This record gives sequence, C-alpha cells and structure tokens, in this order.
Amino acid sequence: MDAKSIRQLFPILDQEVNGNPLVYLDSSATSQKPLSVIQALNDYYKFDNSNVHRGVHTLGTRATDKYEGAREKVRRFINAKSEKQVIFTRGTTTAINTVAHSYGRSNLSEGDEIVITPMEHHSNIIPWQQVAKVTGATLKYIPLQADGTISLDDVRETITDKTKMVAMMHVSNVLGTINPVKEVAAIAHEQGAVMLVDGAQGVPHMKVDVQDLDCDFYAFSAHKMCGPTGIGVLYGKRELLEAMEPVEFGGEMIDFVHLYESTWKELPWKFEGGTPIIAGAIGLGAAIDFLTEIGLDEIEEHESKLVEYALKQLRTIDGIDIYGPEKRAGLITFNLDSVHPHDTATVLDAEGIAVRAGHHCAQPLMKWLDVTATARASFYLYNTEEDVDRLVAGLNKTKEYFGDVF
Amino acid sequence: MSFNNLDTLYRQVIMDHYKNPRNRGSLDDESLTIDMNNPTCGDRIQIHLQIEDGKVEDAKFEGEGCSISLSSASMMTQAIKGQPVEDALKMSKLFSDMMLGEEIDPEGLELGDIEALQGVAKFPARIKCATLAWKAMEKGVNHEQ
Repeated sequence: MDAKSIRQLFPILDQEVNGNPLVYLDSSATSQKPLSVIQALNDYYKFDNSNVHRGVHTLGTRATDKYEGAREKVRRFINAKSEKQVIFTRGTTTAINTVAHSYGRSNLSEGDEIVITPMEHHSNIIPWQQVAKVTGATLKYIPLQADGTISLDDVRETITDKTKMVAMMHVSNVLGTINPVKEVAAIAHEQGAVMLVDGAQGVPHMKVDVQDLDCDFYAFSAHKMCGPTGIGVLYGKRELLEAMEPVEFGGEMIDFVHLYESTWKELPWKFEGGTPIIAGAIGLGAAIDFLTEIGLDEIEEHESKLVEYALKQLRTIDGIDIYGPEKRAGLITFNLDSVHPHDTATVLDAEGIAVRAGHHCAQPLMKWLDVTATARASFYLYNTEEDVDRLVAGLNKTKEYFGDVF
Repeated sequence: MSFNNLDTLYRQVIMDHYKNPRNRGSLDDESLTIDMNNPTCGDRIQIHLQIEDGKVEDAKFEGEGCSISLSSASMMTQAIKGQPVEDALKMSKLFSDMMLGEEIDPEGLELGDIEALQGVAKFPARIKCATLAWKAMEKGVNHEQ
C-alpha cells in the first residue's frame, strides 16, 4: 500500500492551511473522503435522485437499486448472514440508542445488570444510563488496567448471571486500545447476556467479521471510514431484531395502517422510518468499494507501522505524556508537559497540522486519566511518516513557543 | 518559523497573566460562586464574587484551562474589582464585541490588560475560551440583581 499515491485520491488534502501544506491528523473524529465517494454522491443527485421503495418510475427504481445495493455491500463488508440484518441509521449514536431504547427497555428490569467500561465514548454510556434509570437495572463498569486495557479476568468477574447487556467499544477513540470483543461476547453469552459492540473506531481500520465476533449487535458510522456524515449502520442478530419493536414510526416502515393500529414492514425496513438517508447509503457503498479495493488488512498494517513510528518519534520529545497501551490502533493521545492541549492544537494549526484537543466525548475516561483534556493525533490510510515528522516538529515548536512561560 | 501569526493571539501580557494569575483563589462562604464549563473541551472555571451595594468588592477565580481562558479570567477579575456592577456588565458587553472583531469604545471604562486579548477574535475556535470567565461573571451578577 502506498499512502503517498492514496493521498492523491483525496482532493481536500491538497491544500495549504495557514501557509503550510495541510497535515490532517484528526481522522478519528472524521475521515476525509476520496474523490470516488464525492463523485458517487454527486452522481446520485445529478442523475438518479428519487425516493425509494415507492415510485414506479425509472428514477425511483434506480435510487432503490442503488440504496439496497449499498446494503448488500455493507452485508458483505462485515460478513453478516443476511442484508435483513443491516439497518441504516444516522450513525453509531443512533444505532446504539435504537438498541438501548428498543431492546434495552423491553428486556431489562430491576435486578438486571448492564456492563460497560469507563473508556466508552459518551454515546455508549448515556443510552445505558437512561435504560438503567427507566428500568431500574444496574449499570456496572469493568475496571481498566493501568495501561488502559481490560483483563478477561475482570470481565469474568464483572459479568454475572444477572447481566443482560454488555456494551463495549471495539477500539478506544482515546487510548487506541483494541478490546477483545470476541472473547467478551463469549463470556457474555455464557452468562446469558447479549453483547453490543461500538465499532465506530473498529470498522474503518480493520477487517470486521460480525459472525466471527459472534456479537449480537454491532454499530458504526460511515463518516469515519471515508464515507459521508449522517449515515451509519446497526447490525443485529436476526432473532433479536425480529423480536424488537421499532423506535421511529411513520412512513416507509409500515405494512398496513388502520385507524387505531398498524403493522410493520419486515426487517430491515421496520427500523427505517421516514425517507431514508439515500445519498448517504450510496456514499457509504462507494466508501466500502474504495476501502475493499485497497484492502483492510493493508490499511491495518499501514496504520500499525505508522503508529509504531509515531510512538518512537514522539517519545523523543521531552515532557510528553502519552496515554494508552503499547499495542494500539492508529491514534496517539498525549499532553505536552504544562502546555494546555488547546494551546498545543492552536500552535499546530498555525503550522497547518490538524489535531483534536479536548475530552474526546469521554469525560469519565479523562477523569480516570486525571486530566481535563488531551491532544490526539489519529492516522488513516492517507497519512505518511512525513506527517508524523511534521507533527513532531510542530510539537517541538509548541514547546519552544511556550517554553519561556514556565 | 516566524511566530507572527501566533503572536497576535499569545501576547506577552497574556502569557504573563497565565504564568502569574492575579486574583486566583476563593473568597469566604458569604461570597457568590459561579461554576461554568466549556463543554467542548471540559475546561472548568469557578468565579467568586463579593458584591456589596451594587459594587464588586472582590473577585477571584479558580479552575483549570488553557492559557486563553485562565489569562482572561485573571484580567477579568482585575478589571471588575472595585467597580460598580453596572460597569462590570458594560465591560462584559465591550469584551464580547471585541471578540466579534468589532471596534470598541470604552467610554471611560478602564479595560487595562484586557485589550491584549483582541487578537483572539482572529482565532474563532478560541473565542469560547476567552469569554468563559466573563459569562460566569455575568451569570453571577444577573443572579444577584
């Protein structure tokens, strides 16, 4: 895989920011989009735009074929058994909320337990807090090891026969930790619980096979994997999805509507109330084509080499604190001694380098790390060692700039 | 590299307030305390005000934040201390105008070091850092009135 030539496929990366060539190191927040994805969105609106599943006319058929074709691409990409198990949502947050609202509220009650971890993104904490509040179930946390990983012994300890739901991120957006979700799912199943995986940082960066993971639900977003914003996926095991009630009611999701009651369409459409995110789904399909052509294994290997190089280079900077385990996904969260991450990010921005600064939607994890905020550099298939070198140079300049303050 | 662009944001006087914050600490239990956080970054600030007869007798701040939010808090407490509440609110309005990049007319109010923050207006992502302490002060004063 040649990141330099891949980079050419992303028009946005070819620009100057504050007088310097842009170095984009914020792909964990959202990835950039290749020309093929932009073109797919453009073509849809230019040639095929129409509502799906209803028109008899030609454009309606084209739009429906492309929309449902995107679903089949997703099915193959994550190796789901059937396209009926692929539900288009607004993103990971909506996917998790759908499970929490529908499955969570009808299957949990007082005395039951929901098990999550302190490293979760807010979108995999708050929906469960709300389920706990409404149902009287108890929210429990698997403790973190000192390096920001979880141990399977702690998992076995925390998940009990009272546990009905286990929800965990595949990859941490702060620590880069890759969680053993397959093993956790097996433990959850032994205790009769179901397992939801927040795959927002997983699917874009590694091959994911939902049947191999044997998780019950898997959620992810298109915009972190070269696709457009506003679309994501909820995968679920068929028997669970069949038994679940829809969360949104209205057009598109109904079978028959009578004056006082109605029936729902079959899967997956019963969960897709309203005119769906047609262009978004088609854009996601194009992103999957793009990633598949390059190969997820190649992308994972590229990121793994790059993050290893970045760790080595960043450690040459005096007074840098790096958070998270040694074996990690393609991102590094850090703080420069005594420089607030906002100030770090501002100096880097002046150098044309985009990093994230803040709490990364993980306030409980910030508390665990005992910091209010951190800076984060995250990598994707278009990043190169030169980008890392620019980051290191930028951080040295940050230190120089703030150096005389302390 | 030239730091010219950054220097419009991080002026010497800002760095001085960051390094040597004025009025950092708390007041006694009788004082008014306002907590405010910047939800986008998790920074937190606590402003303590002692208001008597329509006058800010004392003002202090505590909290964690970046150079811009902390230096702004330091300058804010310095500027409003000893001033009528009415003037403190006027200064707050002037400050938000300044953050919008507008020319301001202090009309005799003593802004002191605050004008050093003028450059923040050119860094839209940082305006919320600079206004945090002022927003907290306003909230407290309005609550008191």
